[in-house]
This record gives sequence, structure tokens and C-alpha cells, in this order.
Amino acid sequence: MDDHGRGLTPARARASARPGRWGAWLGWGAAVALPLGFLAVFFAWPVVSLVLQGFFRETAAGPALDLSGFAEVLSQDRTWRIVGQTLAQALAGTALAVLLGLPGAYVLYRCRFPGRTLVRGLVTVPFVLPSVVVGVAFRALFAPGGLLGWAHLEESFAGIVLALVFFNYAVVVRTVGGLWERLDPRAEQAARALGATPWRAFRTVTLPALGPAIASAAAVVFLFCATAFGVVLVLGGLRYGTIETEIWTRTTQFLDLRSAAVLSVLQLVVVTGALVVSSRARARRERALHLTSDRVSAHRLRWRSAADLLPALATLVVVAGLLVLPMAGLVTRSLRAPDGSWGLDNYVALGTTGGRNALSVTVWEALGNSLRTAAWAALVAVVVGGLVALVVSRRPRRAGLRRGVGVLDAVFMLPLGVSAVTVGFGFLITLDRPLGLDVDLRTSGALVPIAQAVVAIPLVVRTMLPVLRAIDPRLREAAATLGAAPGRVLRTVDGPLGARSLGLAIGFAFAVSLGEFGATAFLARPDTATLPVVVYRLIGRPGAENYGMALAASVVLALLTATVMMVAERLRGDRPGGEF
Amino acid sequence: MRTRTTGRTTGRTTGRTTARATARTTAVAGAVALLPLLAACGGSAADDAGDAPGTVTLVTHDSFAVSDEVLAAFEEESGLTVEQVAPGDAGTLVNQLVLTKDAPLGDAVFGVDNTYASRAVEAGVFEAYQPADLDPQVAALAPDDLAGTLTPVDRGDVCLNLDDGWFEEHDVAPPTTLEDLTKPAYRDLTVVTNPATSSPGLAFLLATVGAFGSDGWQDYWADLRDNGLKVAESWEDAYYVDFSGAGEGGERPIALSYATSPAFTVSDDGTSSTTSAMLGTCFRQVEYAGVLAGAENPEGARALVDFLTTQEFQADVPGQMYMYPADPDVELPAEWEQFAPLADEPFEVAPADVAAHRDEWIQQWTTTVVG
Amino acid sequence: MERTPGPAGLTGLAVRDAVVRYGATRRRPGSVAVDGVSLDVAAGEIVALLGPSGCGKSSLLRAVAGLEPLAGGSVAFDGEDLAGVPVHRRGFGLLFQDGQLFPHRDVGRNVAYGLEAQGVPRAERAARVAELLADVGLAGYAGRSVATLSGGEKQRVALARALAPRPRLLLLDEPLSALDRRLRERLAVDVRDTLKATGTTAVFVTHDHDEAFTVADRVAVMDAGRLLQVAAPDVLLRAPAGPRVAEFLGLAPGADELVRTDREQVGLRDEDGVGTTTG
Repeated sequence: MDDHGRGLTPARARASARPGRWGAWLGWGAAVALPLGFLAVFFAWPVVSLVLQGFFRETAAGPALDLSGFAEVLSQDRTWRIVGQTLAQALAGTALAVLLGLPGAYVLYRCRFPGRTLVRGLVTVPFVLPSVVVGVAFRALFAPGGLLGWAHLEESFAGIVLALVFFNYAVVVRTVGGLWERLDPRAEQAARALGATPWRAFRTVTLPALGPAIASAAAVVFLFCATAFGVVLVLGGLRYGTIETEIWTRTTQFLDLRSAAVLSVLQLVVVTGALVVSSRARARRERALHLTSDRVSAHRLRWRSAADLLPALATLVVVAGLLVLPMAGLVTRSLRAPDGSWGLDNYVALGTTGGRNALSVTVWEALGNSLRTAAWAALVAVVVGGLVALVVSRRPRRAGLRRGVGVLDAVFMLPLGVSAVTVGFGFLITLDRPLGLDVDLRTSGALVPIAQAVVAIPLVVRTMLPVLRAIDPRLREAAATLGAAPGRVLRTVDGPLGARSLGLAIGFAFAVSLGEFGATAFLARPDTATLPVVVYRLIGRPGAENYGMALAASVVLALLTATVMMVAERLRGDRPGGEF
Repeated sequence: MRTRTTGRTTGRTTGRTTARATARTTAVAGAVALLPLLAACGGSAADDAGDAPGTVTLVTHDSFAVSDEVLAAFEEESGLTVEQVAPGDAGTLVNQLVLTKDAPLGDAVFGVDNTYASRAVEAGVFEAYQPADLDPQVAALAPDDLAGTLTPVDRGDVCLNLDDGWFEEHDVAPPTTLEDLTKPAYRDLTVVTNPATSSPGLAFLLATVGAFGSDGWQDYWADLRDNGLKVAESWEDAYYVDFSGAGEGGERPIALSYATSPAFTVSDDGTSSTTSAMLGTCFRQVEYAGVLAGAENPEGARALVDFLTTQEFQADVPGQMYMYPADPDVELPAEWEQFAPLADEPFEVAPADVAAHRDEWIQQWTTTVVG
Repeated sequence: MERTPGPAGLTGLAVRDAVVRYGATRRRPGSVAVDGVSLDVAAGEIVALLGPSGCGKSSLLRAVAGLEPLAGGSVAFDGEDLAGVPVHRRGFGLLFQDGQLFPHRDVGRNVAYGLEAQGVPRAERAARVAELLADVGLAGYAGRSVATLSGGEKQRVALARALAPRPRLLLLDEPLSALDRRLRERLAVDVRDTLKATGTTAVFVTHDHDEAFTVADRVAVMDAGRLLQVAAPDVLLRAPAGPRVAEFLGLAPGADELVRTDREQVGLRDEDGVGTTTG
């Protein structure tokens, strides 16, 4: 056997294994340290300081444990009203979204009909819209002159729930549909053959099989509804709020930082609970997905059969009435000039600072700010999030290391649980003198993109991690047996395969940062305002001119975000399960 | 060795397509990664808050206005360019000043009023400054705790305004006192502003504290709430959206505004005004200007504060901001005497009490009225 | 636990008392997959590891490759102990049941992977890839995408890929089990031909005795983590070392059966001891 002499004999192999090992340890050490450090400084520390503010009080003798803040906040009726409203909104939103989403999942993933791809895309658009845009669209819809003005839904609970369902319909449809299309139809056919009616077959065979996906979708929707900020701020008025908008109100209106801190702790508790449930449900769903075939089974939509027609009608009503109507209404209304005529006046006015000096920058300048900060935020999020995904996707042999990786997974998921408002608020009160350095981070333009990055990192990880995890470990083993050192394996196997999700991760991070409102609202200064902040200011000012500009700016923001997401989806191709 | 041929030729390019897709992804990723660098080059100038030499930033509330000629004259004389930043209504302004005190939004402030000022002063937002040649009558408008730190610029009375035309049309006798507003005859007719964010709102709250005492004002507000009170977020909302007297389609004929507002609904011939102020419901408001601690251009800020006390600016105040200038020697518009007089006996609350209890009162108000 | 000295002594693979465990944590020892196996494979020899599912043959193979840690015993090649040597430095190729071709590379670049890792220059790589593809009967497939290949083609490409870096030992983990019977039979012959032509030392794991007999020089019968017998196919059939081996080889006592392969016809003794044998 002729060996070109390039292989290493075992003796040499052993000798040179040690420096290689050190190199590997160093590399992985850095891959763990960088994200951990970033999250420690820009997430853990502000949040912990914020939480401690609720527990401690500055006295002459130093900080003293003072639970009176808690007692004060928890004894107010207003607090419990807000908590009740938050939970009620979330529950109602979840229930309605699941109820409406199930027929949608059936029609869009189990049936085939011409134009299905278009409808699927249409259904996904609301999810990627920034929350302020959704708030403005629904406000225009519910306003006395709007299309649903007769329903008197302005500043009402029902109105907010409808807006939340608008947002989250896509989550249910995609998550449940993703599993449904891979379910073996023969199980249901067997039930039918045994004499069950279609409804009974659905109830006793299909529904239980869909259970994991429904649970996972419901948990995610609950989380999104419970932490909704922009939508509730725009639609809620004085009477309706969630814990998040209450934190905002107490900070900016009452300057009551202490009770805002207490509320942040409350929010953490609610959200952590939701997260735990959600991750359990997601694990079950991933397991269920694993057991399904790779084959997608869909049948032609049977217009004549009631089993297909009813869901199709329900989906049509939802898509046309709940999804298309607000978006169309927004665009239409934005084309109506302040004096009532049709035209592009509102768009032209985006070059001004609004009626009665509503803004400090023109809307186009705000757009520039948005693009700039979103690009930085996306870069940071993808770098940090990519490293996290890489580290967490490892399956080390030793039990201790495996446990460590599991801990890291949980740690890096925390930012998803803490709301953007808490992050922004935490930054506001802690990052003036970070780590004792005499530098006020709040003057630099760095904080807004960093806050946006912190919000986007969990999404990046959730996008890249499944792809990296899906790489069959034996592929890496095959590469190793072909002589590839661990570094080369990473480069030539994990790299190209993981890069498939990179496009989507970048797009996601960029789009989310463009539309980010919760943290930015706290941190953006009037002259560095981003587009969502500007929209919020314009909608808060009276005057037809400001209102028109708010609508036009919303349309611009929506178009921008939707385009970015579409481009990103193009780069990714298809992935089973519709992971969020 | 047998060879196996298949009829499949379709997938020949898939491998390359995958590779191309990966290459495309990398290209896009690289482009996005470069974006911030390009943007940073072009954008860093715009990021800084106006600290080119010769620029001074004035932070105000929403209602600040000055005529272009007066401002241009100042800019020419001083060589400064004035930029304006308006975070919101006066209450929001003060809150933002406190929250950003280590990184101020600008150099000088106008619009902090006597109801909110102590909050900002206590937080150390201001650098003490008063123009050297300030008229003593003007200086007297500042209470002791603000004297030397803040400079009075204008004053006015916050009162409820009535749409007289509406009352005539509906044949209802207009209310005259605070208590009248709780009567069934005036149900669903009143709009005030939120004292947490709006300084007129806070002024009106203090008026009720002055009128009913610290024990009775909450009951009054409970009665108001039960009588269909509407609360708007800002003065602009209340006046331009909800007030029927503003001519923009509002539905409520009783709105919180200023004693001077009726001067701006005067008919063309100058003989009558469609609105009037309820002078029995007023609270005196004084607005101040000051220099922000840690400002980037403290000299410019001082020049700006000086400018706000000059004759030119003070003469401009009535026309632009509907307030009485602090300088008593400035000539007032003719119709003000008839249509926009100041109240003889506005309600009063001691500044020390305001400073001590304001936050508590706002919280109690919120609990009583909003829930 | 049979100790079978290899025919060539020190060269080639030498496994001594290998023990592999599964699921061991600090609290429990876990179950034993390989229980003290010793095996020698001479240079250029092909040995089949034959046994039912779950008998530990794949675990042994992976332990030899370095993918599983040894809980006891040693693995040596050409006299050098391989303890502590990482997988990518052992020079052992591994062929999986499902090929594990890299989906993001085409056929040619898959085969070239090991050569890239060795730093072979491009022209040489291309030549070697072409040579190997011709060897496995897929000449001209270098530009094809792996997604378009049939099961048999995938395994051929995987074989070419494994052979490209000239491994000193090739480990094949049930490479043909996922294919249909006729293909399996044909490919078994092709695999042996290729291995012999390149002179590669190989260990071939399978649960199919026909396959084992076709491909290997010697067959090691394994069950429940232990080696029951290691011998040439005809020796095994003539003298199975126990009822378990006989059962596994399909040699139930008293059955008349003819086992045919392409190259040998082996007959079976019936109860009377009379049989026909053709050599």
C-alpha cells in the first residue's frame, strides 16, 4: 500500500496532538467567552441592577434591603388591574389565534390549490411588521372614519386582542401546518375506514397527533401577547395597558423608577413561566416532528366537501377580514391628504418635521438612523448569536461538558424572556458609567444598536441552531476519518451547512432591529430617533398633517421590513417545521 | 467493474446551485457586514448632538414658538445657530431632563414651569445662572428655591375655557365655578389634560388642591369622573381635538387651556370672542428658562437665556405663545385686556407643598380618575 | 473470549481485550457493548465481523476508529498503540451504512475531501478522483450532485471517498444493509474486488452471512459483545464452534441446505454425515 507519506504515524500523531488540543480549547474558550461577556455586560448587568433597584434603597449607610417598594406596588389596585389585563389579553389572544389558526393550517398546509404560495406569504407578512405599524393600522381601522369605525373598538379590549391575533396568526398556521403536512394521512384514513365521521376522525386521530405543535404555537403566541408593547401603547389609550406599557408609563410619566423596577421583576416572573412551558412544548414538538416522514402529503382542495370547504371559508374570512383589511386600510388611508383629496401629500411631507414641530428630525433622516442602527445591530447579533449557536449545537462526549452546554443553552435564551422594554429601561439606568469607566455610554450612539442586538440574538440563535443541530454527527465523524482535524471539520462541514441559515438569520436580525420599538423608545434621543419612534410621536400628536405623516411613515417602514424578510426567506429555501 | 447508469440528469446542477446559493448568502452577508462601516463614515457627523462650534441647542416643550425674524436677528448678532429639541409636553420635558441629566439633550431649556420645576432642580439638572441685568420685577416671579437657578420668561393662568357659542346654541347656562362642573347639567362636556404629562393638567390639579384642600380634592375629582370627564394626554389634544371652540371638530365645550386662549378666537371685527375663560378656576403658571448642567456649549446657553429676557423676545411672546411676558413693561395686544385678562384671584398652593407632595398627588389623581 | 493470533504477527491491526460501554455515568456503570474482544487483522486482509443486531460489532468498529472511547483493552496498528490518538490522525477510513456523503459538495469534491485534508495539490487530486471513480464504476460522475444518486451509487461514491486518502485500514459499517438484495449481492463482489485491487486492509461489519462470506478472507462471528469464532468461511461452515454459531450461520442441525456464492459452492453435512462438497 503506497502511502504518499502525508499521513502521520501514530507516534508523531501523539506528539503533535497536544498543541492541537490546546488550540481547540482556546478556540472554544473564546467562542464561549465572547457571547458570555457580551451578554454579561449588556444584558445580565442592566437587568440585575434593575431588579435590585426594586429590592434595595440607597440610604446614607449604603444600600439597604427595602421591600416596601414591592409592598407599595403590589398593594395598588392599579397593579393588579394591569396584571389581570395582561393575562386576559394574552389568554384571549392565544385562544383566538389557535381557534382561527387551525383551519388556516389545514387549508394552507394540507390542501393544494392554485395561489397557495401567495396566500402563505400573505399570511406571514403581519408577523414581520413592526408593532407600531400594526398599532397605527388598527387605529386607522377603528377610528370613527375608518372601515371598522362602526364597531366602536377604539381603545377597547377587543380591539387590542384583534390586533394581537393579526400579529400571531402566522405563528399558529406555520407551526401547526408544518407538522400537519408531514402527518401520515393513512392514520386518519384508517379511522374513516372504521366508520368515523370526518369530524370524529379529526378529533380523535389528527388533533392528538397535532397536540405538540398546537401546544408549542400556543406557548409562543402567549409569550408574544403578554409582552406586546408597541401595539398596546398605540391602541390602549389611558385605560388599557400591559405590564410593559405600565413600566414605560411609570418611567416616562411618573419618573417612578422604583415601582417600574418592581414591575419589571413581575414581568420577569410571568415571562419565565411562559418560557418554561414554551420550551417544554417545543421539545415535544421537535420530537414529534422527528417521528414524521420527510414526505409532505397534501391533497387537492375539495371545494365540494364540507370538510374542506368550511375551513377554506373560515380562512378566507380571516385572511381577507383580519389580515388584508388593516394593511389595505393603512395604505389607502395614507394616500388621503390632510385636506381630504387623494394624493401623495403625506409621503411628500415625510421630508418635513411634522405639523407644529412634532419631530426634531425629518422622517427620511429617521429612516437613515433606522437603517444605520439596524445594520450594526444585525452585525453584532449575528456574530454573537452565531457563536452561541455553534457552541450550543455541540454534543460533547463527557457528561460534564454536556451539562455545561445545556446550561449555556438556557443562559443564552434568557434575553428572549426579558422584554425589550426591560432591556431598554435597564440600559437607561445603568449604562451611564459601565464598569466604573468614566464614559457615558448613553451619549454614544452605541446603545440603541446594542439594545436592538440583545433583543435580536435569541432569534438569531433559534434560526441557526436547528440547522446546526440537524447536521448528522456522523457527517462530522466521516470527515474526521478522512483526516480532517476538528478545525477543518468546522470549516468544511458545519460552516457550509450552517451558512444556509445565515441569510435568514441576518435578514431576521435586520428586520427585527428596523422595527424594534420597546427598547429604542427608552434610548433614542429626539435627534437620533428611529423610524418606529418617529411614527409613535407622530401618531401621538393631534393634527391631520401629523396623522397622515404617521400613516405614510408606517407604510414605508412596513414595506422596508417586509422586503428584507422576503429577501432573507429567498436565501434560505425550505425547512421542515416552520421554526420560530 | 459494472457501471450503473441512471436516467436522471435533472439534478446535475443542484450541487452547483447549492454551492451558488451558499456563495450568494456569503456575498449578501458580506454586504450587510460592510453596511455599518459605510454608514458610519457618512453618519457619524449626524450622530453628534449639535456640537459644531457656534451651535446651541434649546430644549423646549411642544408649545414653544418664536417668530423667524426675532430668532434670525439673535442668530446674526450672536453668531450662534439655534437648534430646537422638543421631547413633549412640559411634564414629559422635565422627566426627560431628569432621565438624561448625565447626557443632556441640549444646552439651554425653556418651558419648565413652577409646577414641575422643583423636580428638575432637585435632580440637579440645571447649572445656576441668572442674567446679570434681570429686571427685579421679573426676578420676583421666581420663588426662593428657584431664584438664581432659573429665569422667569413668561406667565399665564391655566383656566377652563368655555365655548360660548355652544352654550348659546344648546341654551344651557355656562358654568362659573369648579363645583358647577360636577352638576348633571354639564355631564360629558369637560375635557382636561393628564397631570402626569401635561403642565396645564398639573396646574389644574393644583388649582383643585388649592380650592378644596388636600383632604377634599380627591372627592371632587371622583365627582368629575362620574360626571363624564374626558382626559387628554396633552394640551394640544385637548384643545385642538376635543374642544369644540377651536373650530376643528371637537365635541366638548369645556376644555382646559389658558386665560389667554380666548384672545385667539376673537371675531374678525374684534368685538367678540367665541370662547371665554372661567376665571374662577385658574392657577397661575410661570415658565422658566435655564442652563443645563453638563451642556456642551454653556456660553451659548447663557447667551440664549439672556436672549429670552430681552425686549425683542418678550414682545414676541404674546403673539407666538399665548402667554403674558414676564417683563411687565412690554406692550400687550389690544384685545387682551378685554378678552384675555389674568384672573384676580387664582388658586394658590405653596411651592414647598408642591415640591413635597406633587408626585403623591399625581399618583392619587391617577388612581382616582383613571383607575 | 477467543484469542486468535493473526497470521502475520505484529503488522496490521491488533485489538486486545477491548471493552466498550454505553451510558456510563458517575452513578452507574452502564451496559457493556463489547466485552473483552481480541482480534488481529493482517496487512491486506479483509476480515468480516458477523453477528446479529445489537451484538456490539458496530461499537467495536467505532472504537477501533477512535469514535468511541475504550473502557478497557487496547487497539494497536503496526505495533504502535493508538491510545490517545485522535480520529483524524489514525489513518483509518470509515464507511457508514448510509454513506454520509457531504450534501453541499458534488461527487468529485466529496471524493476529494480526504485529499484536501492531506494537502494534495489540485491537479493530483483531480487525477486521483477520476481514478477512484473509475475503480468503483462511476467514471464521469465527478460533477454530479449527490442528491441525484441512487442508493448503490451513493455507496460507491462513499467507498471511493474512503479509499482516496489511501487509509491503512478501512472500516466498513454495514455499508450494503440499506440496499436491496440483488444490488447487495452485486456490490459485495465489487467491494471485495476493489479492496483487493488496492490492497487495503479492511474490517467489514455485517449481519448477513452471505455477504460476509463473499467479501471476507476471514469471518469473526460475534454475539453479545464477544467473539465466538474467527475462521475462514469454509472452516466456519464445516466446523462451527458451537450451537450459537451454527444457528447464526443458518446451519440448524438436521437441515439440508445449499449455500452458494459466486465463487464457492459449499455443501452441508446432513445427519447421516454424508454430504457433497465441492471445493
